[in-house]
Amino acid sequence: MNDDKKPEKIERREFLKKTGTVAGVMAAGFPSIISGQSVTNSLKVGLVGCGGRGSGAARQALTANKNNELTAVADVDEAIVQQATDRLKGSQTFGSQVKIDRAYVGLDAYEKVIAASDVVLLATPPGFRPQHLTAAVNANKHVFCEKPCATDSPGVREVIAAQKLAQSKNLSLVAGFCWRYNNMIQEAVRQVHNGAIGRLVSHYSTYYTNPVKPLPPESTRPAGMSDVEWQIRNWYNYTWLCGDSLVEQAVHNADKIMWIMRDQPPLSAVAVGGRAVPANGGNIYDHFEVNYLFPNGYRVFLANRQATGCFNGTLDFVMGTEGTLMLGSGPPRIETPDGKVKWQWQGEEYDMYQKEHDVLFEAIRSGKSKNDDLNLATSTLLAIMGRHAAYSGQQLTWEQALNSQVSLVPKPVDWNAKHEVPGLAIPGRQQPPVF
Amino acid sequence: MALRLWTFFAVAVIAAAESASFLTAQADKPLDPKELAAVERIRARIEEHSKKAAAGPPAAYKVTIPNTTVTYAMVPIRGGEFKMGSAGPNAKADEQPEHSVKLDPFWMQAHEVTWDAYLMFMFADQANERANPDAIVDALSRPTAPYVEMSFGRGLKGFPAISMTQHAANKFAEWLSAKTGEYYRLPTEAEWEYSCRAGSPTGIASGSVDDYAWHAKNSAAQFMSATYHNVGTKKPNAWGLYDMLGNVMEWTLDQYAPYPAAAQANPSVKSTTSYPHAVRGGSWNNDPSTVTCTARVPSDASWKRQDPQLPKSVWYMTDAQWLGFRLVRPATLPSAEDMYRAWNNGVALDPY
Repeated sequence: MNDDKKPEKIERREFLKKTGTVAGVMAAGFPSIISGQSVTNSLKVGLVGCGGRGSGAARQALTANKNNELTAVADVDEAIVQQATDRLKGSQTFGSQVKIDRAYVGLDAYEKVIAASDVVLLATPPGFRPQHLTAAVNANKHVFCEKPCATDSPGVREVIAAQKLAQSKNLSLVAGFCWRYNNMIQEAVRQVHNGAIGRLVSHYSTYYTNPVKPLPPESTRPAGMSDVEWQIRNWYNYTWLCGDSLVEQAVHNADKIMWIMRDQPPLSAVAVGGRAVPANGGNIYDHFEVNYLFPNGYRVFLANRQATGCFNGTLDFVMGTEGTLMLGSGPPRIETPDGKVKWQWQGEEYDMYQKEHDVLFEAIRSGKSKNDDLNLATSTLLAIMGRHAAYSGQQLTWEQALNSQVSLVPKPVDWNAKHEVPGLAIPGRQQPPVF
Repeated sequence: MALRLWTFFAVAVIAAAESASFLTAQADKPLDPKELAAVERIRARIEEHSKKAAAGPPAAYKVTIPNTTVTYAMVPIRGGEFKMGSAGPNAKADEQPEHSVKLDPFWMQAHEVTWDAYLMFMFADQANERANPDAIVDALSRPTAPYVEMSFGRGLKGFPAISMTQHAANKFAEWLSAKTGEYYRLPTEAEWEYSCRAGSPTGIASGSVDDYAWHAKNSAAQFMSATYHNVGTKKPNAWGLYDMLGNVMEWTLDQYAPYPAAAQANPSVKSTTSYPHAVRGGSWNNDPSTVTCTARVPSDASWKRQDPQLPKSVWYMTDAQWLGFRLVRPATLPSAEDMYRAWNNGVALDPY
């Protein structure tokens, strides 16, 4: 399972000087996947995507075990790699575990990081995730995979295949759907599964927030910068890269919806969506409302908006015949139809972001594997299904969403390429319908 | 009572990429010339503005934030001397020794800063900025936009702003000063306690704490067993200040440090590390027994625990939904350097 072949030569864009550290580690010949007997051995962690979230994931990976070492990093931007490296090395608590001897820049940099690591953290914009995940699993690496896992249905199918492969290889693969690792929400969902609100009737779920990363004016685009580079640097404004606001952010609520449904998919969905603030060349909506129909007439309404100055809240109201579970406004609680509090969360909530990594590395180091986060694909697809329904203006089934041939990510992605994105989708006027 | 709270912070705030210079303690640091120049421009505006002020003794007044409909009230606090801290067998260690403090006059905001005002600062598109460009204001740094709504479903209109860092409160003070032409900053601990007491030992001239404060035992609302309430919905203290006790805790300017025994004049403890700073007044999340004019709470890095990014945001305390602030306006305008120090704590970045 070891695959720590060195690159034949120092990459053109590999700019940090190689040090003796890596030679030492490799000479010691530690296996890249560690057995239960060798818990003191180092695990080499590689980071793909060095932004704020990626750096945070690296911190959590290093905090999970003091023998974890961050040895290779990748990003499309040299300055971001340098900044992340400096920042991580500067830590008083885990800085000594940062032994980056390989830093790679460019769209193919992930391949080098995967080759050099035992465990890979995938934290780039989600359009790249299927490609990165597949490569990591093919190379027999354990993975922490941020949400969402894809921006289109072909990407979801690729992720499903990669997850099956990871299971067959006993690799660990933890998904960044953080709420599943939160003891407070776990307990709330357990209450529902145990019948505390009776038979499920409906679920109203909101992700009303502020805009995430609005597109800067075209006038600020440096002369000569390619379409692809401009789009990647402003990835949040393009469906092929971020999946749209519903898929990139509200997917957390999609995941709670699926969790409550024990990950059984809906039958169909109808949705509305659009944009109130001009997109300035981007092509994502700033609001959606999706109506999912699940078996037994269970209806789920998922609404999101990214706007300033409006009512905001990330709320869930899960309504049953005997009560309503409320999340997002005060501690989770269940009220009966006559307004009595039947259950309310009490206790100490732990850091769910840290927990994800504690679980991942505990599994790897104990020789077990943790690879049953199948919601990585299904919860992502639930959100993509909502987007398809809104863009097309049509009702579509889960099967249509799963089997959609609409592919948004260019293959290959060429950093220097011209790449025109379709304009904002106009519902009812897409021919063929976009799913 | 435990201060840790549940939080809904899905992908968290965007961490601000602040320069590493924030790591250095403010005391050791030379002033940033660019920041200082901004402060000097604001100071000139304030001096210009003060020429229009009416003569006579300070009086209460109301301010409308320019180009908005948001208002706030200022209450004059006369200078004076008081005993700060607590004495006696039951006094908490960090409230001792009781010591004499003398203060110059200032104004204080009658209410905690509301979301109505704070949102004008958080987003650059809420105060008709496009129609009314203002080079001095527009050049100031503002919070990075958070992914989620920072009241966490507790409500905005008329409610106190919460979940901000001390750095963010300081920068709000700078922004509001530039915007209005009046000098604002966070109160020192001494100014805060003096104002809370309002001439009485406990700040409660008559009745009980319930009449003055929203706390854990009296602040239930729809869907919540305890939460903040609209500012100014309890009785004011003897000097006309609302919610000094309870509702939300309030940032002060000072580093949290042991009290000196000697008498002090206008004391203030400069920041040298990110934590702890002194926070006052108790909140909706506290038992009424701890909602007092003298109780001191040290800020803590765990108040940002649910921020998954590195570096953690310098603007948001993701886990402090009971933490807000109000501002003071000193009667005498200090030097530009003093203003700079009040608005730049120099220790905004969390250690990690």
